Amino acid sequence: MDEKPTRRVALKVLGATLGAVAFERALSPLRELDNITSVGDFLQKHYRELSRDEMNAVLRRLEDETQQRYGREVTIRDVRPTEGVQFAYALNLSVCIGCRRCVDACHVENNHDRPTHQSYIRVLEMTSGSMDMEQGNVGYDHTVPAEGKFYMPVQCQQCENPPCTKVCPVEATWQEPDGIVVVDYNWCIGCRYCEAACPYHARRFNWHKPEIPAAEINPDQSYLSNRIRPQGVVEKCTFCLHRTREGRLPACLEACPTGARVFGNVLDPNSDIRWVLENKRVFVLKEELGTRPRFFYFFDV
Amino acid sequence: MLPVACEDPAAYADRSRRFADVPAGDGSRHAITVHRPASLSGIVGTEQTPQGQPVEVSCGTCHEVLRPPPELPTSARTLGGPHSGLRFEHGSNECRSCHDPERYDRLRLASGDSIPMTDALRLCAQCHGTQHRDWLHGAHGGMNGHWDLTRGPRLRNHCVDCHDPHAPAFPRFRPMPPPPDAPRRSADHG
Ligand code: SF4
Ligand code: SF4
Repeated sequence: MDEKPTRRVALKVLGATLGAVAFERALSPLRELDNITSVGDFLQKHYRELSRDEMNAVLRRLEDETQQRYGREVTIRDVRPTEGVQFAYALNLSVCIGCRRCVDACHVENNHDRPTHQSYIRVLEMTSGSMDMEQGNVGYDHTVPAEGKFYMPVQCQQCENPPCTKVCPVEATWQEPDGIVVVDYNWCIGCRYCEAACPYHARRFNWHKPEIPAAEINPDQSYLSNRIRPQGVVEKCTFCLHRTREGRLPACLEACPTGARVFGNVLDPNSDIRWVLENKRVFVLKEELGTRPRFFYFFDV
Repeated sequence: MLPVACEDPAAYADRSRRFADVPAGDGSRHAITVHRPASLSGIVGTEQTPQGQPVEVSCGTCHEVLRPPPELPTSARTLGGPHSGLRFEHGSNECRSCHDPERYDRLRLASGDSIPMTDALRLCAQCHGTQHRDWLHGAHGGMNGHWDLTRGPRLRNHCVDCHDPHAPAFPRFRPMPPPPDAPRRSADHG
């Protein structure tokens, strides 16, 4: 059965005015009706309000819920940023061939809804000489690279000055110390203001409960990134923080057959990403908006 | 108006949750390994072993025996045996531009130095300097593993993993399918 985001909010507010036990009682008829959202869900604090112990309890509960709803044993971790690390990503438009391997790798890594083939990445087929991403064609389906075209993959730009977090009425989305903009899926009320505020069309809304066969679920999950999202919430690229915060490369980079993608810690002067930023003529999308993306593009000259 | 705590990354009630507890490393770094394409040690034949595996023949199997070797041909069209039908589209190069005419299982640099086939990267770099420079800085060619070498190793692709040295242009092919409900323009999508 579908869960109504509006009701979730109403119940969260209600929960704050009742004792936990009374709330649990009051909810029990509802629970029988609808086992999509648990009582624990309603009572849960904001991600940043949780102590370590509370966080661990939430993670165990979410693992159990995934087991019940999707029939798969998964591990959900709370992967925190590393001090002294600020991520940046760069993409070489001269070598990208528009093969969409990155799109597909994101789909698999991040436990996206299978029927809609959801992904955080869209590859825009652009006419050579044009730089207007709004004119890019997302649905191309012919041999690549096509004559007279270049390909521009677009995902969350992890803006340093993100318009998306500022419009959230409940602070369900924010920027982390390593620059990654995240969403607390259990706090999001699904108003989609952030989706409207993002100039890069980087946010996605879960219209339906995501459908994934148990065998296809990536069991290595984290709270702020690739755990299976509930229905009615907004989600976005997290630079695969469950991988990258542990030193690994993002899934889209590993899948890229051309090596168009460069990722790393900009605070490390010897990193590949620093070399690219210092030696290539990098640019950002829609610079005039002042969003200050951490995602850069360049051409070989 | 809500407090703008959402812009303050320090705003964790439990401050110990702000950053990960990463054990201080001992300064050692994991290795960057360059993948070794099988095509640099031999050719894969059309025959199969009794186990159904394709037969791999190392270069030396024939070229150690064929000594002194017959003169290198100037064009791929005259190649015979296991190399017949080789597609060659690599500028105005001849066989001897890269292959050692004394020992066909080795390569020869512009300096005249003979190098093993597995060192092909050095040979490619002679002409493709900008690509080689970018490759050295992780900005050309695919990779796997860790961006942070203090936490794990990295595996780099070799030139020949993606480029056939005899016809190095990256082939054109069908992309992965577009999203089923793909809007034609990115601007049509919220
Ligand atoms: S690209 Fe969009 S979703 Fe990502 S940080 Fe910028 S405004 Fe927010
Ligand atoms: S996988 Fe690499 S080459 Fe293919 S579309 Fe993505 S960035 Fe471009």
